[in-house]
Amino acid sequence: MLMEHFNMALVNWSRAQFALTALYHWLFVPLTLGTSFILAIMETIYVKTGKDIWKRITKFWMTLFAINFAIGVATGIILEFEFGTNWSNYSWFVGDIFGAPLAIEGIMAFFMESTFFAVMFFGWNKVSKGFHLTSTWLVAIGSNLSALWILVANAWMQNPVGMHFNPETARNEMMNFWTILFSPTAVNKFLHTISSAYVMSAIFVLGVSAWFLLKKRNEALAKRSMIVASTFGLIMSIFMVVTGDESAREIYRVQPMKFASMEGLYYGETNAPLVAIGFFDRTPSPVNPKTREWAAKIEIPNLLSYMATMNPHAFVPGIHDLVHGNEAHGIISYYDRIKMGKLAIAALKEFKMAKKAANDSTAKAALKTFEANYKYFGYGYYNDPHKLIPNVPLTFYSFHTMVGLGMLFVLIFLLTLIYGVKGKLPKKRWMLYIALWAIPLAYLAQETGWMVAEFGRQPWVVQDYMPTLSAVSNIDQTSVIITFFLFGVVFTVLLIAEIKIMLKQIKQLKDGGQQ
Amino acid sequence: MFENLSYLALQQYWWAIIALLGGVLVFMLFVQGGQTLLYTLGKTDTEVKMLVNSLGRKWDLTFTSLVVFGGAAFASFPLFYSTSFGGAYWVWMIILFAFILQAVSYEYRTKANNWLGTRTYDTFLFINGLIATVFLGTAVATFFTGSLFSVSGMHHSFWQSPYRGLELALNFGRYATYVNLSLGLAVFFLSRILASLYFMNNIDDETIMQRARDRVKKCAIPFLVFFLFFLINILVIKGFNYDPVTKVVNMEAFKYLHNLLAMPLVLIIMLVGVVLVLWGIYRAVFATEKCGKKAIWFAGLGTILTVFALLLTAGYNHTAFYPSIFDLQSSLTIQNASSSHYTLTAMSYVSLLVPFVIAYIWYAWSQMNKTPITKKEMEEDTHAY
Repeated sequence: MLMEHFNMALVNWSRAQFALTALYHWLFVPLTLGTSFILAIMETIYVKTGKDIWKRITKFWMTLFAINFAIGVATGIILEFEFGTNWSNYSWFVGDIFGAPLAIEGIMAFFMESTFFAVMFFGWNKVSKGFHLTSTWLVAIGSNLSALWILVANAWMQNPVGMHFNPETARNEMMNFWTILFSPTAVNKFLHTISSAYVMSAIFVLGVSAWFLLKKRNEALAKRSMIVASTFGLIMSIFMVVTGDESAREIYRVQPMKFASMEGLYYGETNAPLVAIGFFDRTPSPVNPKTREWAAKIEIPNLLSYMATMNPHAFVPGIHDLVHGNEAHGIISYYDRIKMGKLAIAALKEFKMAKKAANDSTAKAALKTFEANYKYFGYGYYNDPHKLIPNVPLTFYSFHTMVGLGMLFVLIFLLTLIYGVKGKLPKKRWMLYIALWAIPLAYLAQETGWMVAEFGRQPWVVQDYMPTLSAVSNIDQTSVIITFFLFGVVFTVLLIAEIKIMLKQIKQLKDGGQQ
Repeated sequence: MFENLSYLALQQYWWAIIALLGGVLVFMLFVQGGQTLLYTLGKTDTEVKMLVNSLGRKWDLTFTSLVVFGGAAFASFPLFYSTSFGGAYWVWMIILFAFILQAVSYEYRTKANNWLGTRTYDTFLFINGLIATVFLGTAVATFFTGSLFSVSGMHHSFWQSPYRGLELALNFGRYATYVNLSLGLAVFFLSRILASLYFMNNIDDETIMQRARDRVKKCAIPFLVFFLFFLINILVIKGFNYDPVTKVVNMEAFKYLHNLLAMPLVLIIMLVGVVLVLWGIYRAVFATEKCGKKAIWFAGLGTILTVFALLLTAGYNHTAFYPSIFDLQSSLTIQNASSSHYTLTAMSYVSLLVPFVIAYIWYAWSQMNKTPITKKEMEEDTHAY
């Protein structure tokens, strides 16, 4: 089947629904991942020092944690099932690999989170101090373990390893569990995502505390929280930058098209400069891009080559090189990949028919052709290679927003920590305003990070093997349109309720002074 | 150690795990049953608050059981996951929406400035209680009565009804619909019985105790009627048999009865399960108060065993566990729907974590349940829902 035979409206609505549900879910998850550790640190200080104020501090942030956690759970359940409901062909094609991390996530992480969440909230007067503290740590470990497994699953889609295709069952089957778990993409993705989540949580704690100081309320709680948050945040933001850098190299290696889109690089270059800040003049057409379509840009010489390969003079291929190929640099063109993909698809069909007719020699020959070309299987669904290019401006702007904000956060943590330790924070009102306004920016950074990862890899659900169009369920688009709007309405209503409750909790807090 | 098991043995092991998860999930639906009883058993705000908080310490485990059931089904029987979830789209979507509403309701219901008001969140809890029990029960019945789908040579599945699964509960021209619905309603009433037993155990309040006991009495009759209607029907209907060698699916009279007779252990588990449920109900209604407090353990264990045995009956002894009445040969069996030998082996190692998980859940619960919920605690706890 060719692209023209697919119901593209269904594909797009299914994508829209997945994007909607995932983006909503991701509004809440990072705060859970990081705040759970911040709570554990605060409660540890309470248990160590025995000072009541630390118990009140812990309890206050715990209340906000729970409000956020509830809606995170609400938006999360659909994602466990959406691969089946909306991407059922995907679920078979790679279910043998992809299902495992999801199941492990449930067994290893979700039970731990939900069991000890109840102890953490309702156990203050029911269980011992030690068991309570352990429970708080286990909630943090549980939620971060769940991030591990779902990110391993996601990383596998970006960089499918440790599997082989079984033509008998028409699916990919797992060959090596450890290769999948410890693939460099998985490791980087996990470390970069959780460290960014810790940064976002630290910004949240910092910003809310800054608001207290601006309003001259709960100063004892706010000052202490800011020290914890900026220390935690500073360490994690440096870790985030390092893992982000490593991730970029990994993307360059396994998803060069995504990498070129992130940088808006249409024509490959040696000594490639990094566009630090740039704006497109008008939406560039991938068919015939012109370099002058940049309205303005600030470049750092050689940095892109260095970022991609650790060699400042190396060649970095652009979108044009990938589509049209570049013999000098050993790049197979998308035109050739499409040809090979088509051979693989035809050979698989032939293999199936020959098997049915018990024609072993034909089956064997078909299998040989299939195996030689399977590497580019997914390309075979297309005729026009330009359909295999992601939305470049979206990927570019998302990437640059994410990176720019990440750098800003490092600076914020550094300053708040210095002023905090010196006890000067309440007087630096400009700093407090920046910290407060960093909260929406942290959310923006999280969402743009998700967009780089997910829009940048389009049209692939499984890199090179399966495009979105062959992954969708065989279902009428009307059903998907209805559920899309239902999710939109329900999640928005719940989000408004969540924000109202959260703000009220912050406003009505009375921390009880220094004791 | 799992590497040495045959492919079939691994498939059977994983079907047993799915069956056990199904049993645990149905037991944990007591949370949902309880959510439909908030204003039946609670007449004052404090009483409702006690009921909500009693359930509020357990609800996310039910939620997690459902999620793990989905994940385990995906990992072990991906063709079931892709066929059922992608096919019976509306059934699953309605169930999921009900759970989305539940997830925020406990936390938000009494929070200041919660926008929608306590009653709305309590209504969400009621909706979740009603839909989750009836729909999940009805869906499980289709393991015996079949659905409308076909599976292509490339293992793409196609649902063959525009109603996307809703026809299984709403096509009143088909006898099997009544069998499906009877299990849905049986699960609904069972969940209310289990919830009442749970409240008797978990809440220290004379009035609620008395009302819960009455509720057990009132729900026992409809539960038994619907459950027996379902059970008798599946014992006498034609079932979906497949030839272990050729894998060809055919209809066999009294298939599920044959399965139970061929697997006496499963039959015993089912009988013990049913007796335990009845014994739990009996203790709550007729025995002393102290006995009533323990009744949940009997009825709960009984529920797990009964559902476990029912699901084993649906999948073992070369039976198609997810049959298609549209195209018999598209029916899913534990052999044609499963993951590869390698994946099942890897996942079997993961399954060794399960006893450990059960142990820490049990430990945490026993620590938390040492003191039952009282009015006093509700007034003092600032975190109370």
